[in-house]
Amino acid sequence: MNKITVRLLALAVISGILLGACSPATTAAPSETQAPAPTQAPATQPPATAAATVAPTQAATASGPNCGTAPVTLNAYFETGFDLPFKLSDEFTKEYPNVTWDIKQDQFANLINETPRLLSGDNPPDLIRLPTMVSFAKQGLLKNLDGYATAFGWDKWPMAQINQNRVASDGTRGSGSLYAWGLNYSLTGVFYNKKLAAQIGMTQPPATLADFDALLAKAKAAGLLPIMQWGSAKSGMGLAFPLQALMASIGPTQPINDWIFQKKGATIDTPSNLTAAQHLQQWIQAGYFPPDINAIEYTDSNARFVKGEGVFTFNGDWENADYDKNMAGNVGFFLMPPATAGGDPAAMSAPLTYGIAANAKNADCAAFFLNWVATNPTARQIDVTVGGSNPGGPSDATMPTVTAGSVTNDTLAAGAVVNKAGTAMDFIANSTSSIFAQGWTPALQKMVGGKEDAASLLKDVQAEYLLELSQQ
Amino acid sequence: MSENRPAALSISQRTYLSKRVRWETIGGWLFVLPALLMYTVFVILPLILTILYSFYRWNGIGPMTWVGLKNYATVFEVPDLLGTIFNAFWLVVWFSFIPVGLGLVVASVIHRVATGRLGAIARTVLFLPQVIPLVAAGIIWGWLLALPGLINQILNAVGLGAFTRAWLGDFDFALPAVGLIGIWVLLGFCTVLLLTGMTKVDPALYESARIDGAGWLQEFLAITVPLLRYEIGVCLTVTVIAALAAFDIVYVSTAGGPGNSTSVPGIQIYVLAFTQRAVGLASALAVMLMVLVVLVIIPIQWLSREGIS
Repeated sequence: MNKITVRLLALAVISGILLGACSPATTAAPSETQAPAPTQAPATQPPATAAATVAPTQAATASGPNCGTAPVTLNAYFETGFDLPFKLSDEFTKEYPNVTWDIKQDQFANLINETPRLLSGDNPPDLIRLPTMVSFAKQGLLKNLDGYATAFGWDKWPMAQINQNRVASDGTRGSGSLYAWGLNYSLTGVFYNKKLAAQIGMTQPPATLADFDALLAKAKAAGLLPIMQWGSAKSGMGLAFPLQALMASIGPTQPINDWIFQKKGATIDTPSNLTAAQHLQQWIQAGYFPPDINAIEYTDSNARFVKGEGVFTFNGDWENADYDKNMAGNVGFFLMPPATAGGDPAAMSAPLTYGIAANAKNADCAAFFLNWVATNPTARQIDVTVGGSNPGGPSDATMPTVTAGSVTNDTLAAGAVVNKAGTAMDFIANSTSSIFAQGWTPALQKMVGGKEDAASLLKDVQAEYLLELSQQ
Repeated sequence: MSENRPAALSISQRTYLSKRVRWETIGGWLFVLPALLMYTVFVILPLILTILYSFYRWNGIGPMTWVGLKNYATVFEVPDLLGTIFNAFWLVVWFSFIPVGLGLVVASVIHRVATGRLGAIARTVLFLPQVIPLVAAGIIWGWLLALPGLINQILNAVGLGAFTRAWLGDFDFALPAVGLIGIWVLLGFCTVLLLTGMTKVDPALYESARIDGAGWLQEFLAITVPLLRYEIGVCLTVTVIAALAAFDIVYVSTAGGPGNSTSVPGIQIYVLAFTQRAVGLASALAVMLMVLVVLVIIPIQWLSREGIS
């Protein structure tokens, strides 16, 4: 008996040693092969010009990287539950019949887990919905898109949000080389139930934070729920939306973006952010949010808002299609008003980020598709109707038509305001891959439960941020 | 070793015997080989790799950096990580003590009172949660325990409206609410296992006890519990592991919220490894959890086996 155990142990130890000896090698291997990738990236760009020289013999439209005329199958990974990329890929195949799609789809949470393996695997995707990008760009798993940006003229397009897809050599985001591209540019703000808003005497969207506060107090006094929001850890804490809106209403947006982009020395614990967090705490204490917010999931919150619970809700234009369908004519949108009258409103506005694997077989065709989405009138129309968000594109591109009186109409107009003011921000939940799950969500839930105040909220999140950066 | 063998054993006999023994050994190993291979690949290797990873800082793809025991130190330094271990022990009460205790009572009631059809129905109903996919169960429990949910509706109907709350979103009640789901899942398993054990107890023992005038409680304490020591040990082992290594029940009901009040090591290991991609730190927490489980299980095994021989 003992002998067998000894042998078993010996076997386990030996195989362990063998594997231990192998494993750093095998795990190091991808990074070794990946390491040259960034330097390779420019080298893969000449085919772009090569394609251009071939182009004249092909379709007349092709003047840069394109899909050619030979059959191409694009290997793509999309996010489950969002129709937009599927509709766009169908339309693309209609216009370019030589291009077919091999589309795999998964939930966003699973994509977060799978993306590194997919990008470094044997069959790297030509197009993939990217949950995060800095670490992949740093490890050379993502294609550097600078060459395509030059070829297609992307770098001359007006959307400042494009910078969110840039990663500098030191790993900070917001500047440097382009590693991903947005199918469209989402916008967040405050949606309101028009019937309930009329009930509290709201005739026009609030112009300042004080106006908004007055409306919330009126709603509460009228026995209505002022703000419907979600907060369960299962969907991530929705109070991060109003918190960031308050931060940008009270203070400047640049320090917030610097923190999200992991600029050296950036902190979320600034005096103006503290004022914003205290303001949110006052809202919580005044009972402006549902009492069971810590148990409400995202989909439940939306369902309850659509059914008429809550005068306002902080959300993004990706819900436009749902709102326009289920509360048609009864929903409006405004940007979070600034604290000082006449100030510029700011908003979270981020690209719906897609990337191309460094070793993708059909990178040129994938880049051509991304350019087509932003420039082709039919694609832009699909982008707005299905996705609800601004399709971006060159400054002279015509904006697709939307139904008058729809909330999509409101958000597109608001997006123009934010783009003009240059006050777009990425989401504070995107600064590191798990700051939402490990930082904002528990800290904001504690604030709701009265276990934490505004000051310790920001301190906790900053500590978690530094801990996560030290683990990278 | 060989000098202990009887001197009378002839050389030929010895070689014959040792040959036979060798063949038996090889045959035995061949039978074990498939299982051993699976066990090695899917249990032993991951175990060794996890221990190995716990000494590195690694994001799962890039190069690994040796950090020694720093990951273990981090687990002790970050309150949210260490807190998960305390939550896991608190869950032991709900996932283990209550289902085993209640299971004993329910099993002995079924054994004594409802031996026929009623007993079969009771067994089936109690065992059903083992069959229902936990994700579906988690969603249903989420509805039941929500503020507008059935449990609060009942409380309102009987005039206990003051006690209504969003159970899974409440700092004081989220863990007990998760525990309640655990009881619901594990009670059936314990009851059925203990009931099977009771049917093996010689009925003559109960009969003689009854002749001596023993009541239900005396029977229970003097015969059932001592003779079911081994079954109770198995129940405790399985449920304690379910509590300490809990993941699924917590993940589908609260995902660790609110504010980490139901966060357990299993959830943190998952988030650290797959969302945060801090594979080393996740591995360190996993190794600590494993050691903890072993430390808790060994005394249970020891106590339940003691006296059986």
